[in-house]
This record gives sequence, structure tokens and C-alpha cells, in this order.
Amino acid sequence: MTALLDVRDATVTYPRPAAEGGPVMAVNGVSLTVEAGSIVGLVGESGCGKSSLGRAILGLVPLAAGEVRWRDRRIDKLPRASFRPLRRELQLVFQDPTASLDPRMTIAESVAEPLRALVPGLSAAGRDARVEATLGEVGIAGELASRFPHQLSGGQLQRACIARALAVDPAFLVCDEPVSALDVSVQGQIVNLLARIRRERGLGCLFISHNLAVVAHLADHILVMHRGRIVESGSCAEVLTAPRHPYTRTLLESVPEVDPVSARRLIAGRATGPDSAPSSRLTS
Amino acid sequence: MSALLEARGLTVDFSGRQAIRAVDGVDLTVAPRERLAVVGESGSGKSQLLLACTGLLAANGRAAGSVRFAGRELLGDPRAAAAVRGRGIGFVFQDASGSLTPHRGIGDQLAEVAMSASALTRRSARDEALAMLARVHLPDAGALAARYPHELSGGMRQRVAIALALMARPRLLFADEPTTALDVTVQAGVLALLARLCDELDMALLIVTHDLGVVAALADRIAVMYAGRVVEEAAATALLSRPRHPYTAGLLASVPRLGDRGELATIPGAPPVPGESFRGCRFEPRCPNRAERCSAFDPALARIAVGHVACHFPLTVDGSQ
Repeated sequence: MTALLDVRDATVTYPRPAAEGGPVMAVNGVSLTVEAGSIVGLVGESGCGKSSLGRAILGLVPLAAGEVRWRDRRIDKLPRASFRPLRRELQLVFQDPTASLDPRMTIAESVAEPLRALVPGLSAAGRDARVEATLGEVGIAGELASRFPHQLSGGQLQRACIARALAVDPAFLVCDEPVSALDVSVQGQIVNLLARIRRERGLGCLFISHNLAVVAHLADHILVMHRGRIVESGSCAEVLTAPRHPYTRTLLESVPEVDPVSARRLIAGRATGPDSAPSSRLTS
Repeated sequence: MSALLEARGLTVDFSGRQAIRAVDGVDLTVAPRERLAVVGESGSGKSQLLLACTGLLAANGRAAGSVRFAGRELLGDPRAAAAVRGRGIGFVFQDASGSLTPHRGIGDQLAEVAMSASALTRRSARDEALAMLARVHLPDAGALAARYPHELSGGMRQRVAIALALMARPRLLFADEPTTALDVTVQAGVLALLARLCDELDMALLIVTHDLGVVAALADRIAVMYAGRVVEEAAATALLSRPRHPYTAGLLASVPRLGDRGELATIPGAPPVPGESFRGCRFEPRCPNRAERCSAFDPALARIAVGHVACHFPLTVDGSQ
């Protein structure tokens, strides 16, 4: 069986003056595959290249080298117009739901937008029905749909963004830090929602996050990214219980547990140093 | 022991198109050398509480009640509040760049605070600055002093911001989400630094955060805020292992833990929007244990064996209702 998404040796560079060291290699020869119905978690710290990789998969930043294959067809060199039909299949959910929604549109209007743009054959009535059904699927019912973004909570807005991504019935979702801007008591609602949607729709998903515990709740397979490279790849259980790369171990050990004894033991071990771990950033 | 900081019935109101009560009758004390964590989600009023204590509210904000620092009333006395800022109470914020001037070297900025805090010559102020940079574990203080904030990593910048807050040797440090903007591998080091500095400098700490792991690492005592109120307050070990308020219990259960799989525990619904008015308990709409009286009567913060809880039906020590 061929994978839904197959990324090989992907490299993303950003320009930088030669005096400052030349181009920045944000993503450096990364390969990954995602099967239909599976969630791959991509973990790393700020500047490690995880968002650049997510964007490159969706054709939002160009690859400097390597390739992205979707259903065994190469899509990274496609001109804009040819990529357009693929937008129905590959969708994206961002970190900040407030910034992703137009403040002057109602929630229902925002969810209808991608349908208008990508499924032009759909009648107005068909569109309304699809919007209502998708919003219902994410738990935004009735009168909430006719409200404006500022009238909803952060969790409700992120549900709306997920509904907007799902409205065109995609086969693949890139979620870039989808719960990082939400309160702890609400984060779980969104994680559980994504788990249910994957189960019910059989979507493939690349779930990008700096929070290993959140990723571990959801992902079948985990990739750990550091300085533009994948330094560890394995099943969720393997990475958590038997990490092989020292950076993965540092990452695992750095999260303070909600237990005074172990949290204090952790910081007692970090009392020296400027910053105990080397920067995850390639540019520093 | 007399309190270093003592807030009584502290209320913060914002006027505008809609009147908002951000903090609603909060009592809080910090003893000398004590580390208190105020925990809450966005909009719970935890940051406004800190600002109100030191007279730093926005122009449309008004604080009422009483805030005493070392016995002296600060509310309604801008000069007393100004005198306490810096030498009495130092500040570290989430965004270190906001505490530093972008166009001056780190060393100058630190020395300036030392000079305004105590009458020092420029030269000895500079020595103090270098000593403080070493104290916050920044390597090669001499070279670093000449650098500008943008030349440093996020973790280093936060260490400089901490050094800046400590230059005037405050007796209490206010830290508002000091590690939230940092990577987790850097966070542990900054938490360790804060803990050690409190010990070395005999300094009390009031840390405001939403991160219960950070709280577990630093706090002696915890106050949990919800919708402008303190709903539970107790010693850290007791509160984290045996929460008595259903909100505290829900918050603790919601933290994703490494190695757990499947459904995450959540609290249904969302925190109230600032400005919402309440009749009964503010947590009632989201509470798994709500009963009739919860929507009718506002529970007061009442003393229990190990602290205080504001709930008609607090959880028992073994976690049941």
C-alpha cells in the first residue's frame, strides 16, 4: 500500500545575507510518511523547522530540495493553479483561531468560504446544509453559528476553524499547534475532538506541537525535530519509553510533572548552566 | 509572622463600553521568603491582581479594598506604591523584551537601576550589574554587558530581565508567566534559577501562571483563581494531591501527562467571559457536582483543615464528593 503522504529529503531554506552566514536551512533533508487514518505527531521547540515543514507540505513555502508526494503523485513543483484542486484534500488548522477567522464574518460565513471557493458546483442550499452539518460535528450548534468571532470563546473558535477545514471533506489535515493558545481545561476538548474526527472520517493528520504530552495522547507515530532534522522517529510507545536520541531524552525530562517532589527534583538538576539544552534553533 | 504583602477585599474594576470586574474581593497574603503561586486560566484576573497591588493598572482600571506592603497601605497612595516598586517588589513578565530597552546595552540598563536604587557611582553600579549577570548564570558577563537585547536568545533575555528586577534587591518578586514564552528545555533552567535566587536573596515570590508543572516546581502555597475570585487556597503539596474545589480537581485532571493515551479529561464549557454577571457559584455551569443551591447562592471562601475553599460541596480528602 502506498502512503497517503510521502515526503522525501525535504529541504526548506530562507534567504539570509552571506555576511550573516548565508541561507538558513530551516528544514534539512526530512522524510516522513502518513497513512490514511493515522496521526503522525511532529514535536520540536521554537525554531526547529516544524512549521516550515508543515507549510512546505501544503505548498505554502517552496522546497529547496527533495519532494512531496500525495497519493503517489509529486505535488511540490506544481504551479499555483494546479495545486488549487488539491486544497480540497489537504487542509490546515493554525494555532491562533482568532487570527484565522475574519472578524467581520459570522462563524457560518467563515465555514462556507472554502466551500464557495473550492466546491463551486454546490448549490446555496447544499452549502448551508454542509456548513450546518460540519459545525454540528465539532459541537457548534444552532445560534452560535450566526455569531461573530469576538462573541465566542477560544475553544469555540478553534472548533470553528476545524469545521472550516473539514467542510470541504479533506483527506489530510495539518494541525500546527492547534491547542497551544487554549486554556488547559479546554485543550482536552479539542484533542478529543480531533481523535474522534480521525476515527470517524479516517483522515490522515500531521499534528505539530511543542508539547510532547499532547502529541503522545493523539499520535500513532512520533517524529522529534531538532535544528531542521528529524532526530528520532518511532511509535508513540517507543519514543516515550525508550528514546534513543539524547535530545529526545532532554525533551522528555524537561517537562515538570504536576507533583512537587518530582518537579523539584527536576529543577534541582538544572540549577547550573546558562540554558541546559543547546538551542533548537539552527540560526543561533 | 507578619505578612510582607497583604491584600484584603481587593477588587479591580474596568470602565469602558462595558464595565468589567476583573478581580472580585480577593484576600491574599505573602509571608517573608514565602513562595505563593496564583493559578488561573485566561481572564481569571490573576495578572490584574498583581498590577493592582503595585498601582500599575491601566488608566481605566480602579482598585478598591486594601493592599499593604510591610504594613504600609498602597491603595489610594500612588507615592507609596511608587516607592515599593523596584526596591520592595520587583517584576518579571512573560515577555522579557518588554522589560528591556532595545537601543541600549544590557550592562547600562542594569547599572541604571542599581544607581537609582542606591546612591552608587557609575563604576560600582557597573560592577553590581556584572555581578548580577553572573548570579543569573549568564556566562562571560563582561562581554554580555555590551550586547543588546535582540542579540540574545529568549532564555538569556529572560535571565537578563530577572537580573534587572533584582538589581534593586526587592524583598518580593512578582513573576507573571515568567517561563510561558520559553521552550521547555530552557524553562527548567529558569525555574531552577528563580528558586535558587529566592533562597540566596531571602526573597519572597508571587508567581502567576496557568502551568501546574511550574507551580509544582516552585510554590510553597497555591491560590486558585476562577472568574475574579480565589476559589481554593492551600499548601502546594496538599492542593496538588488532594484538591477540594471541583475546579481545581478538573484543572489537575486536564493536564496531559506523558504516557497517557486516549480521551483527555476536560472541564466542559468555557471560563466565563469577563463582564459576565453571576448569581450563584461562578463555576456552577461547568461543575460536575452542581446542585440546586449552587446556582442560587454564591459560596464564600471558607476555612478548611489545610486552607480555604469556596464551594458548597467541596470534595472530601479522598477525592469523592
